[in-house]
Amino acid sequence: MKAETFDRIDNISRRGLLGAGGAFVLAMGLPRAALAEAAEQPKYGADGQSGGWRDDPTLFVAIGEDGTVTITCHRAEMGQGIRTSLAMVIADELEADWSRVRIEQAVGDEARYGNQNTDGSRSMRHLFTPLRRCGAAARTMLEAAAAKRWGVSVGEVAANLHEVVHHPSGRRLGYGALAKDAAALAVPDRSTVTLKAPAAFRYIGRDVASADGVAMTTGRAGYGIDARLPDMLYAVIARPPVYGGKVKSVDKAAALAVPGVVRIVDLPAPTLPSVFQPLGGIAVLAANTWAAIKGREALTIAWDDGPNAAYDSDVYRAELERAARAPGQISRSDGDAEAALGKAARRIEAEYYIPHLAQAPMEPPMALARTGADRCEAWACTQDPQAARDLIAEALKIPVADVTIHQTLLGGGFGRKSKPDYVLEAALLSRATGGKPVKVVWTREDDLHHSYFHTVSVERLEGGLDAAGRTVAWRHRSAAPSIGSIFGPDPKHQLPFEQGMGLRNVAFAVPDFRAETCAATAHTRIGWFRSVSNIPHAFAAQSFVAELAAAAGRDPKDYLLALIGPDRTIDPRAMGDTTNYGEDPARYPVDTARLKAVINAAARGIGWGRTLPPGRGLGIAAHYSFVSYTACAIEVAVTDGQLTVERADIAVDCGPQVNPDRIRSQMEGSVVMGISLATLGEITFKEGRVQQDNFDGYALTRIDAAPKITEVHLVGGGNWNAPPGGIGEPGLPPVAPALCNAIYAATGKRIRSLPINDQIQN
Amino acid sequence: MRFRLNGIAREHTGPSEMPLLWYVRDLAGLTGTKFGCGLGLCGACTVHVEGTAMRSCQLPMSAVEGQSVTTIEGLSAAGDHAVQRAWREHGVAQCGYCQSGQIMQAAALIAETPKPTDADIDAAMSGNICRCGTYARIRAAIKAASAAGVEA
Repeated sequence: MKAETFDRIDNISRRGLLGAGGAFVLAMGLPRAALAEAAEQPKYGADGQSGGWRDDPTLFVAIGEDGTVTITCHRAEMGQGIRTSLAMVIADELEADWSRVRIEQAVGDEARYGNQNTDGSRSMRHLFTPLRRCGAAARTMLEAAAAKRWGVSVGEVAANLHEVVHHPSGRRLGYGALAKDAAALAVPDRSTVTLKAPAAFRYIGRDVASADGVAMTTGRAGYGIDARLPDMLYAVIARPPVYGGKVKSVDKAAALAVPGVVRIVDLPAPTLPSVFQPLGGIAVLAANTWAAIKGREALTIAWDDGPNAAYDSDVYRAELERAARAPGQISRSDGDAEAALGKAARRIEAEYYIPHLAQAPMEPPMALARTGADRCEAWACTQDPQAARDLIAEALKIPVADVTIHQTLLGGGFGRKSKPDYVLEAALLSRATGGKPVKVVWTREDDLHHSYFHTVSVERLEGGLDAAGRTVAWRHRSAAPSIGSIFGPDPKHQLPFEQGMGLRNVAFAVPDFRAETCAATAHTRIGWFRSVSNIPHAFAAQSFVAELAAAAGRDPKDYLLALIGPDRTIDPRAMGDTTNYGEDPARYPVDTARLKAVINAAARGIGWGRTLPPGRGLGIAAHYSFVSYTACAIEVAVTDGQLTVERADIAVDCGPQVNPDRIRSQMEGSVVMGISLATLGEITFKEGRVQQDNFDGYALTRIDAAPKITEVHLVGGGNWNAPPGGIGEPGLPPVAPALCNAIYAATGKRIRSLPINDQIQN
Repeated sequence: MRFRLNGIAREHTGPSEMPLLWYVRDLAGLTGTKFGCGLGLCGACTVHVEGTAMRSCQLPMSAVEGQSVTTIEGLSAAGDHAVQRAWREHGVAQCGYCQSGQIMQAAALIAETPKPTDADIDAAMSGNICRCGTYARIRAAIKAASAAGVEA
């Protein structure tokens, strides 16, 4: 059970990068005794992550004699504001003056810092409490140093905004004056550290502006593409256009004649599945990016396309449809859905299609590396610096300790930059040049052709209504290639962590409920895309609820609330979900009251139930993901087939709200990304090749198609002991179904196949 | 080719067809101007040429001969152009990568149209993609900068 979880895959992928296939098989086939043992002592949350967590202030806090507090951030900043938010937590408990705090980025070193993989909406969820303790421990040390200096009881002193005060005498010492003494003290045992009372929070729970705001508005912020070293070369790589392909023959002469081109390096094709290995190909190294691009254009390459040469999205869609129309493997089965569907007063069926997507961060993958004989140093926009480090160490056959990964800012990540293939490309090319620094630049075409793509799926829903229009039977079949396919033999069925993204852990009060996975073979690299399998599962399920409501002649919001049913907490395992985003099912049960509360908040926000002019409509959808609860309500206008998103209200309950403004910004951004994938997003394959080259073929939502009004409603919060939920991803899943439900309300047209493109014009 | 970059006289002796973007980033070392698509589709590389917002990835060096080019680094000496201030006050940036281009585009818009309507903003800014989806704040920040008044 445990062996199949998301985190397990993550860990395996790191440890056995080259021999990952074998490692994966081993893990999947662990003897029952081992599984039972793992089940006896399950590790949840941060405990279950590679490297675990740290709360040691000597790792994260340094205080200079001038009083400057330097906080080390060991998570990737990719727009979620984590550098600011994690630092806020430490600074608050430390009683630091925020204006005297600076933030430094950690190198990749999980043995030192604990887990650094910035993925799965986990950072604040896993680090809020450890980093509160970290800050509090540092504060305790400063107080102890002051008490010792003054020869008074530590009970008589208290830290207060960057100084320690002795209340009886009124004496005070600044943090700078105490830094040296405090640093000489032992770190107190964590059980003795007292956290601040929430009423005394200075920063936690307040809107704190990004620590990178000035750099980001003045061009000084440093991303992967901005890394520079003297005498570095710029590399652009011609990679096999089909996954699994390799170079058959190459003519380099014209490329070598391009002014500025310095050399051309052959990179070997990986064995499949390729995990995080680069795709191979021909690299052109030049004095600047432009010369490298021109050099690549001048290459003449014949490719051997390999086993995926026939991958064709139209053909594949038909395969997925066939798969979803036959029984699959049981993901969850309550009661007897087949029998209940058979005897229902009405039976409703619908099939939904969600295509491949590319994350397309504005900054494509980029990395700079300098590889010496026995060591490697790299600068990269990576979500997972330790994975990059392990990958490089294994490929170069040098100790992990001799690989240093400097983590730059990320110009967006969205899951693409969890895979460090591009970092290893830079390391290999630097080695090939005898140690010259090499920066690998991915063009937009490279990014769209060689992503780890969001899966493609057919979701088939069947519902049975009783005579009163209530849903009494639910069957959801999902056919989609699995992320597991990049790590080992293709499982052909979604893994438990993917099924736990809204296929089976659906909190509906339906007695006869069945979820199935149907076989689907991967023909390209499948990877994480912000919110992952929640996108297709939520799109299908939340669209289907509105279809059932329409069939029953009921209001879709009321119908959704009724389907969720009474307030209760549900153990995820009772829904067949053994993963629950890696969190303890006892600490993080699914709470239907919280799900209903966000639905009601979004509905109130948009004025649900008001009378609308013709051509306008409201839609709503809700979803549980990353142990947070989100609902989105959207108002659209459709005029002459033209869609306008008039308004979006998105409500989220993520438990503690550390930096509300950054939560709002994540929700605002999720609305735009959701509209983008619903209206425009599609990657297709023909003859194994991606058909979209740039932002003309793979269009993204622009300002003129964004909602005219977006309102974010923060629900819950206030209880700082409540388990924190994720924020980076949970906003996305409900947006597409809310939009399509609104289009249905406005036009009577049901969109079941994404993207919408011009479907409402026909 | 002789031209001015952020007020400083420069000479480029390399290929005249090299896009200004790569000159600015790789040769001049001014990395605030970003690469996003290479085809003028996303606006990440927006700079000002004689005050007009242009896509530097589409502008060969031959086209800037004798011209004055301004990048994000040169928009204001202290990073306090009204648009930059408004961007910070509204917490526009998420990952921040596209924001150099957004800011340069917005600054040119306000210089030309001091009180832009929503339609003006859509027309001027729809060439700039933000994958993080910060559009609502971009719109609000442009209006705030506009209200604050901007000298071109």
